[in-house]
Amino acid sequence: MKRGEAIAQVAGWLDPSFISIACNGMISRELYHQAERPSNFYMIGSMGLASSIALGIALSRPSKTVVVFDGDGNLLMNLGMLANIAASKAGNLYHLVFDNGVYASTGGQRTISSCVPLESIARASGYRRAARVETVPALMDALPVLFSEPGPAMLLVTVDSGNEPSVGRVKLLPAQLTDRLCAELSK
Amino acid sequence: MTASRSQTFLDEVEEQGYSFFTGVPCSYFGDVIQILESGARYGYVSAVREDSSIGIAAGAFLAGRQPVVLMQNSGLGVAINALVSLNQIYDIPVLLVISWRGQFGDDAPEHLVMGAILEDLFRLLQIPFAVYDTLNFRRQLAELTRTMRETRKPVALVVPREALEE
Repeated sequence: MKRGEAIAQVAGWLDPSFISIACNGMISRELYHQAERPSNFYMIGSMGLASSIALGIALSRPSKTVVVFDGDGNLLMNLGMLANIAASKAGNLYHLVFDNGVYASTGGQRTISSCVPLESIARASGYRRAARVETVPALMDALPVLFSEPGPAMLLVTVDSGNEPSVGRVKLLPAQLTDRLCAELSK
Repeated sequence: MTASRSQTFLDEVEEQGYSFFTGVPCSYFGDVIQILESGARYGYVSAVREDSSIGIAAGAFLAGRQPVVLMQNSGLGVAINALVSLNQIYDIPVLLVISWRGQFGDDAPEHLVMGAILEDLFRLLQIPFAVYDTLNFRRQLAELTRTMRETRKPVALVVPREALEE
């Protein structure tokens, strides 16, 4: 499946009250393009830290559901966060990984994710559940299961490499994203 | 019984409104972290890397907390990209409490270069800092905190050897 389709399906399924933290690169751009909303936070730098930011929110606001939109390159860059999240036992943290096997925003150079089962590492680290899906029907079946019980839990979605030319950069300024998420989380 | 330096330090930090603690340890902060982890009053999120702790603290700020990140100055090198491409771009404030290993050039070899360039590095990164001084700490922390809130950027308290031990 295409990454855009996968992200649109997931975002459409999420409750609007959920907080979504999207990693830098094409995943942020795609989430902005497909499902922009004030509870979304798009990263432009600090690769690898979407999951760290999500953990800080999840621990500070246990009543909020926090969803990470991560990529294989981002996760591999900061694999230690799987252990950090698992050890935290944050029940309100759900980790979605869109794995296309490449660094999409730097020209499609391959990552090493084809050799590394990231969902198995999550499970071994102590995530309560971790699964991989490769088709849209399997994704739609997996989403309710993912959120049916407390996390930390991971769903890895295998997606095609390649970018849609129509997906542009996030037009909001970083400080605007900070302000609106602070406002969203103060509700 | 008089309060330990570490407890006094944490009391002042708490009084300034800080309410979330994360980081990677330095032996200089052994007592501070022990207090943070000893009960429900503070809580402490042990992070796997210093840049991860910056990310965790950023999340805490977004969720309404005022975070503190503890780290050794070696970890500042790890955290630089997070500080400049997350905090300084997104206007996410944080109080960094950073030990000054290698301050006088008499530390283990791995600390000597960072120890010598630490102050220059803060200036280069445009991170306002103060070197912990027991007698003036209350004022130092108030000033750093005011700067941090006005600018919405990271500030650093640099902690020399033995300043917070015992």
